[in-house]
Amino acid sequence: MKLRADLKVIADWIPPKSRVLDLGCGDGTLMAHLMRDKRVQGYGVEIDVDNVVKCVAAGVPVIQSDLEAGLADFGDASFDHVILSQTLQAMRNTEEILIELLRVGREGIVTFPNFGYWENRLQIMQGRMPVSETIPYQWYNTPNIHWCMLGDFEALCAKNGIAIRERVVLNNDERVRFLPNLRGSLAVYRIGRP
Amino acid sequence: MSTTTPRSVGLVRAQTAVFESPLALECGTALPAYQLQFETYGTLNAAKSNAVLICHALSGHHHVAGRYSDADKYPGWWDNMVGPGKPIDTERFFVIGVNNLGGCHGSTGPSSINPDTGKPWGSAFPVVTVGDWVKAQARLADRLGIDTFAAVIGGSLGGMQALQWSIDYPDRVKNALVIASAPKLSAQNIAFNDVARQAILTDPDFFGGDFYEHGAIPRRGLRLARMLGHITYLSDDGMGAKFGRMLKSGEYQYGFDVEFEIESYLRYQGDKFSDSFDANTYLLMTKALDYFDPAKPFGGDLVKAVSGTSANFLVVSFDSDWRFSPGRSREIVDALVAAGKRVQYAQIASGHGHDAFLMMDHPYHELMHAFLNRVHEEVNR
Repeated sequence: MKLRADLKVIADWIPPKSRVLDLGCGDGTLMAHLMRDKRVQGYGVEIDVDNVVKCVAAGVPVIQSDLEAGLADFGDASFDHVILSQTLQAMRNTEEILIELLRVGREGIVTFPNFGYWENRLQIMQGRMPVSETIPYQWYNTPNIHWCMLGDFEALCAKNGIAIRERVVLNNDERVRFLPNLRGSLAVYRIGRP
Repeated sequence: MSTTTPRSVGLVRAQTAVFESPLALECGTALPAYQLQFETYGTLNAAKSNAVLICHALSGHHHVAGRYSDADKYPGWWDNMVGPGKPIDTERFFVIGVNNLGGCHGSTGPSSINPDTGKPWGSAFPVVTVGDWVKAQARLADRLGIDTFAAVIGGSLGGMQALQWSIDYPDRVKNALVIASAPKLSAQNIAFNDVARQAILTDPDFFGGDFYEHGAIPRRGLRLARMLGHITYLSDDGMGAKFGRMLKSGEYQYGFDVEFEIESYLRYQGDKFSDSFDANTYLLMTKALDYFDPAKPFGGDLVKAVSGTSANFLVVSFDSDWRFSPGRSREIVDALVAAGKRVQYAQIASGHGHDAFLMMDHPYHELMHAFLNRVHEEVNR
């Protein structure tokens, strides 16, 4: 099975046999991949019960839970890697989840659609909210409430004393190195405590 | 015709296993000899690796699925879950239902004859615990040649047995399904149980538990206990949707007879139950609930209690269940996570309250199917 480009970047960052927590794990695709190819141990956390059933069918340990309620049920440094994949922009408690991520995990991996992507800018200049492959919602039904660009995210990390260890920006499954905030539609960060 | 009902195990028959060696109980005494009433569905495979144990809740028993005769109005209590092609698939698994010790459906209990006196045990029957039940069930498994269960499954008090199994016999349980359950009772849970017990204990027909020899049945107490219990099994919304303030006659009667439909329903449930259930068994079952606390021998630390388990866990809760709310299931899940165990947890949306574990709200059965498919693959690996 072909892995979504950002999930592939994440998978490459996770060493074998790590303890992994995948927040907003969806149908468990990434966890299933990591369990098979990297022999990782851990859990997915997912709010949607139908996705939970898919995880169970795939043999992925999954805990149905609302991330907005926090990660209080998970102990300090109980995981090597905590993944938050394309979920940050849909969370109310954005700052809190970042801090919690690095309490529970040694390292965090965060991905989000880059609002600064040129197509988004173009649609805004044309007078409409952006709708695209990475942002497939209309303004009135989007779950995404906290948009940011690369610089915004990095500033929030700086404010909370979070170190950015690696950054990969993607567009159409390809890595973007030149003008990433303009040409990249999806950002993938590896973060930790300095 | 029930025998031709699709996806039914069809006609079934109860069996009895007699045990002559004493069973030491947690309370300090021992049952010298006892029998367990059980049923099985499906076929035990050659490797004896496809056995599934179903543990029953407070008023349940060994008759889990199918019918005894075509004339039976109702099938076993979990017939929607157990059968060919159902989540607990009897074409894949050898499924065992067993009536617990202290019960009133054929296993040794307070209404059985005490061989020492030749009279019913009554008040002399010892208090049994979830741990005692699990020990007795393990002896039945030995008798049937089953070393390891592919899964131990239960809802409510049954889920507590599944959890206890995973702790007491870690090598004998591959998967534990703990549904609508809790790691121990809250003060509120115990309070409800005690009111139920008081209803029975203060019934003049109870005779201190020895009502059998007086030819009496503490029907009023048992009826009240069941009515109270029933309220805690349903959700406020579910009750409201089903009964609301509907009146039987359409008008207020300004008296104390049955007026509201909910009164009629509860009285009917109470009457039906008091005709068929043993009052002493009800007392024993509620005490087993009250005493259940697998963390107690581990200094109250549930993480320590589950640290020796080796089963895969499926924990399921229902959002309108206020008897054992989702938060209580999360206590089990959190302990398992903290102990680094393999666990899956789902919270099903349902209006059915605690009773939801017996219902078919989406996607409860899909979830059970998905989990047990994996168990089946594991059995065949």
